[in-house]
Amino acid sequence: MFSDYTMNELGAIFAMQGFAGLILFSVFVLMALGLAIIFGQMGVINMAHGEFMILGAYVTYLTSNLFADYLPSVFGLYFFVAMILAFIASGALGLFVEWVMIRHLYKRPLDTLLATWGLSLILQQVYRSVFGAREVGVSIPDWMMGSLPMTDMIEVPINGIFVMVLATGISLAVYFMMYRSSWGLQVRAISQNRMMADAVGINTAWTDRLTFGIGCGVAGVAGSAFTMIGSTGPTAGQLYIVDTFLVVVFGGAASLLGTIASAFSISQAQSIMEFFLSGSMAKVLTLLTVVGILMIRPQGLFTLKLRK
Amino acid sequence: MESSSNRLFSARDLIGFAVLIAIIFVVLPIALDGFRLNLFGKYLTYAFVAVGLVLCWGMGGILSLGQGVFFGLGGYCMAMFLKLEASTPENTSIQSTPGIPDFMDWNQLTALPAWWEPFNSLFITLIAVILVPVVFAFIIGVAMFRRRVGGVYFAIITQAFAAILTILIIGQQGFTGGVNGITDLRTLKGWDIRSEEAKEILYFVNGGLLIVCLVIAQYVRKSKLGRLLIAMRDQEDRVRFSGYDVASFKIFIFCLGAAFAAVGGAMFTLQVGFMSPTLVGIVPSIEMVIFCAVGGRLSILGAVYGALLVNWAKTSLSESFPELWLLGLGGLFIAVVMVFPNGLAGVYAEHVEPRLMALLGKSKAAAPDSAANETPAE
Repeated sequence: MFSDYTMNELGAIFAMQGFAGLILFSVFVLMALGLAIIFGQMGVINMAHGEFMILGAYVTYLTSNLFADYLPSVFGLYFFVAMILAFIASGALGLFVEWVMIRHLYKRPLDTLLATWGLSLILQQVYRSVFGAREVGVSIPDWMMGSLPMTDMIEVPINGIFVMVLATGISLAVYFMMYRSSWGLQVRAISQNRMMADAVGINTAWTDRLTFGIGCGVAGVAGSAFTMIGSTGPTAGQLYIVDTFLVVVFGGAASLLGTIASAFSISQAQSIMEFFLSGSMAKVLTLLTVVGILMIRPQGLFTLKLRK
Repeated sequence: MESSSNRLFSARDLIGFAVLIAIIFVVLPIALDGFRLNLFGKYLTYAFVAVGLVLCWGMGGILSLGQGVFFGLGGYCMAMFLKLEASTPENTSIQSTPGIPDFMDWNQLTALPAWWEPFNSLFITLIAVILVPVVFAFIIGVAMFRRRVGGVYFAIITQAFAAILTILIIGQQGFTGGVNGITDLRTLKGWDIRSEEAKEILYFVNGGLLIVCLVIAQYVRKSKLGRLLIAMRDQEDRVRFSGYDVASFKIFIFCLGAAFAAVGGAMFTLQVGFMSPTLVGIVPSIEMVIFCAVGGRLSILGAVYGALLVNWAKTSLSESFPELWLLGLGGLFIAVVMVFPNGLAGVYAEHVEPRLMALLGKSKAAAPDSAANETPAE
């Protein structure tokens, strides 16, 4: 299969596909980070995770329209405002959902799965009623258009680089929150031993709610970032959900580093195979490999050593 | 309780079965016209899946979000046979390669793929309808349960399988008919399945097969296996420490659920006349779970009512208010988890049955028989 290409072209192909894989990697990381917090630390299956992302995307869309109408002079900067708003909107919805629904279901993970699936259906219908069934796209600021030529055969799109930078930034932020803040310490304490955490005076109920809210907020930011590379429709969230869960499970649920490593390997495998096979076969092979590895090693790539 | 648990049917079960049989075979055929009856025939095919889910999920605690895979595999096996029968060289003489299914011709295939060949025979097809999904379920079951993977992980992996199979079917258009599925099915061994009478006969065949599955399920419930399943659901380690091979029981019940779903899928193909990837993927698979949950995850009869009611509501709501249906379905998911964890069967056992008994003048409380396997503890 390589004989049709010269060495030079082959190098360029791998570089380009590798870069496309890096963008996909950033997308996966953004999707999975919120879930890694919610599922990895709390063990809650949130099937509406995709819809929280889409909420962030719609908030970004609204913000871009507002800026275009009222503040056209600083339009180039709207995205940063939108990201903060997306975090607040998705996070607030997350807090609310935890309060109304999730907190009653902590002992029944399978039921959480069904209830949040119901939530995702409701949110989808709400989006469809409010924003219409058609996909919407935001107008990307000028500085994010175009691409950077690296060599004469390789060039990389700027919005792709931006998403990568964003993914790195958010990963670092989540890392500091989880491992350098007192909130993170409490979350990890609870995930290791809830009873003891309760006994030493951690307010577990409030920490749970905050954790769920922050996870959803991160999802919102991820959705906001996605508007830079694609359009947003009411059912777009559902497309991501299986990938996202597989990334988190494959990485080893409680490990942030594992999530990132698994996002990297899945995205690179998929984008390199995509060039030689059809897109759907690349996807099938990637998913099958992941599922196959999970069957042999159900605990995922990275595991936390815990005394149960 | 002790005396009735040894018999296959207690008096309550017998009454329940009799009422269901009366509804399927007498009430519905009299009350509905041909078109509606055909629709209910379609709903009955989902009931097979729901009954299988009661065994796996309600009793065994194994939530599979991939039942659509088994439904689809069974349905596709049947559809392949029917498609080959419909694609005689005479019927397909306008194609560049006559004698192969039309979608293959459109995708520039010039010969029937080898793995399609066995489906020329009805006998092999009928075996494949059961065998292919069961073998698949067996492989998944062995890989997962032997390694003690269960709960949410199992749910996510099975969901991934639903996604994989859908992508595969849609991607391999030339071999599978792609996103349109396998359509334009005409006859079964020369018997026209599209006619009104055929649909009606198929409805009764459906009902009959469903009763057979229900009896098997009832047998499992009442057997030692059934009690072990419930014990495993509630305290898996204690059952393991008592010396039982937990994984084998789980694999068996998962395969049985897959077989039920496959029969449902094959009957769906016959009743509705096509099979497509929209019945295989994540969304239909999880909808099948809600049929079971609405009916009552612990009640095999309830699951049948759940499948019929939810689908009936879906059809009537999406005819008149399409935008309400998703809201309704979403609300149903939440309500059934948070307010009615035992579904219709639970509501019936708690509220309707005692009053019914009081009305009939029997003071005998209905509780003891149901108490044996209520309250899903997770």
